[in-house]
Amino acid sequence: MKKILTAISIGLLASSISFAQTAEEKGLAIAIEADKRDTGWKDSTTEMFMTLRNAQGQESKRQMRTKTFEVKADGDKSLTIFDQPRDVKGTAFLSFTHSKRPDDQWLYLPALKRVKRISSANKSGPFMGSEFAYEDISSQEVDKYTYKYLRDEKVDGKDSFVIERKPTYEHSGYTKLISWVDKNMYQAVKVEFYDRKNTLIKTLTVSGHRQYLGKFWRAHQMDMTNHQTKKSTTLEWKNYKFKTGLRSRDFDKNALKRLR
Amino acid sequence: MKLKHYLLFLLMAISAQPVWAEWSGSVTYEYRHFPNEPLNPVQHNDNSSIALQPEYHHQWDNGRQLFSFIPYIREDEHDDARSQTDIRELSWLKAGDIWELRLGIRKVFWGVTESQHLVDVINQSDLAANTDGEDKLGQPMLNLALIGDYGTLDLFVLPYFRERTFPGEKGRLRGEYYVDTEQDAIYQSEDKEKHIDYAARWAKSVGVWDIGLSHFYGTSRAPRFDIGFNNKGQPVLVPVYDLIHQTGLDVQATIDSWLLKLEYIHRSSDLESYNASTTGLEYTWYGIFTSPTDLGLVLEYLHDDRDDKATTPFENDVLLGLRFAFNDTQSTDALLGIITDADKDTTIYSIEASRRLGDAWKLSLEARYYEKVDATDQLIYSIRDDDYIQMELAYYF
Repeated sequence: MKKILTAISIGLLASSISFAQTAEEKGLAIAIEADKRDTGWKDSTTEMFMTLRNAQGQESKRQMRTKTFEVKADGDKSLTIFDQPRDVKGTAFLSFTHSKRPDDQWLYLPALKRVKRISSANKSGPFMGSEFAYEDISSQEVDKYTYKYLRDEKVDGKDSFVIERKPTYEHSGYTKLISWVDKNMYQAVKVEFYDRKNTLIKTLTVSGHRQYLGKFWRAHQMDMTNHQTKKSTTLEWKNYKFKTGLRSRDFDKNALKRLR
Repeated sequence: MKLKHYLLFLLMAISAQPVWAEWSGSVTYEYRHFPNEPLNPVQHNDNSSIALQPEYHHQWDNGRQLFSFIPYIREDEHDDARSQTDIRELSWLKAGDIWELRLGIRKVFWGVTESQHLVDVINQSDLAANTDGEDKLGQPMLNLALIGDYGTLDLFVLPYFRERTFPGEKGRLRGEYYVDTEQDAIYQSEDKEKHIDYAARWAKSVGVWDIGLSHFYGTSRAPRFDIGFNNKGQPVLVPVYDLIHQTGLDVQATIDSWLLKLEYIHRSSDLESYNASTTGLEYTWYGIFTSPTDLGLVLEYLHDDRDDKATTPFENDVLLGLRFAFNDTQSTDALLGIITDADKDTTIYSIEASRRLGDAWKLSLEARYYEKVDATDQLIYSIRDDDYIQMELAYYF
């Protein structure tokens, strides 16, 4: 009897480490691998340019600078300074993302010199009036989703894994996200977003990937199209810099007040 | 002229390094309409005002040094006391690993609540600009911040006092007697405006909590008043500035969509000693009715244990506010507020709304309405006929 049990448990153990992993395990494994490949960049700075288009094609521009600081075993810290539109120039946003508890966020209002701690429950709201929700542009931590591998598929001639992700955090505007992850870069090249009614609401295409420090891939353009409102937003990145010598101290409330 | 030379020298000295420097700023046209007749015939029902606020920021040393210059010029149609030139900021900042040194004329904000800012004591209010007290005059200071795992400890030496501004003789939003800031104010300290004030503040974020504990010793930013006479022999109010000690505590807990807030002060002078507080909460519904609009509910209780002797009108009052953020391309938002006295009928209604026009313009509307003002709420009683609507059009460059 004891021998049989041992045999069964060995069998179970073997199956869990064999190639016959479940779709959930394979999805998670891809997410972990993507996270692993993007570890060790320490800090980065970049400029972001946003173009908002309404259904009639009218455009509106946004411009900001972002500094990011890699935190091991938790979410990253980031600081975003707004340059345009000019009435919000100097406004800055400090975020400590966490993998297992709600993020900490502070907003600096330059006219009042006031730092406001804000609720991070606003996940599904539009970022700067764009088609990107706050949850679309925040640090993507492995623990924030459950995963399921669906199939392999080619996107623009590139071999990709197709993975279904479901947010584990509260207040998400999505029931699921379908991501196409490039097998070579382990970077998403396309994402479909399904709203709370499980209807396809937005599609994101990611392009212009470039490799930095011989290792880290960064996209330089994201195009988000909203299928319901027919509005779209293009987000472009310029002047990526890595390992610029930023320290944890450059991501506190004092730093938030002094940045321009 | 001296100041100009100094600035030029400073600009030349720091422009020798690879830096990030930029001019920006705004020009704002403001129009106010007061539907009720004024108490005094020298006052007006309509008023225009224009304000220019350029900003120069110069950042170098990988963002660890910053020079800022923000002059402010306002020209008012009728009220000389509202026409003014000020330096809101002229400062140099250097950030080390465990400290920051900030030197010059600056603005500092402390606190968490929306209805009033009890703890915020460093800068003088520019009440001539707006009676809500959110506009501040630049304050000369030496500020050393010590930063570590213990949080941030800010130490301040404030070597010069700025007198509060008030609407003048021909301005609205003043009482039967206007505050005459042309004549010398009365100070408790023999050093008058040169009395050196000191302040310290410790602040730390721990989990969902943001906590600040502060102490101030020096000339009170809020004056009391003596009756005096202006140069025409008419009775006016003359500000009297006492020396005070003020200890303040501000706390915010940010839990899910809730913000829980407390500001508490204990203030003492040779004449009085009292406690005041603002306790409140804010709840936000993100994306109401599956729209992009956020609706925030603000509820605050304002208390002052001097009751009717309080120099503020908020001795036992409740603020109920509704904040709409439409999250559209033009960042349209609106704030509706009602402050009502818990044991009198005095009620203030307030509306503030704004919307960006194009890329560089912003239109703002503001309206205040005072209802059933009780004569014991002296400050509001004196402006009971000064309901107004205000339109502001700002251009940002």
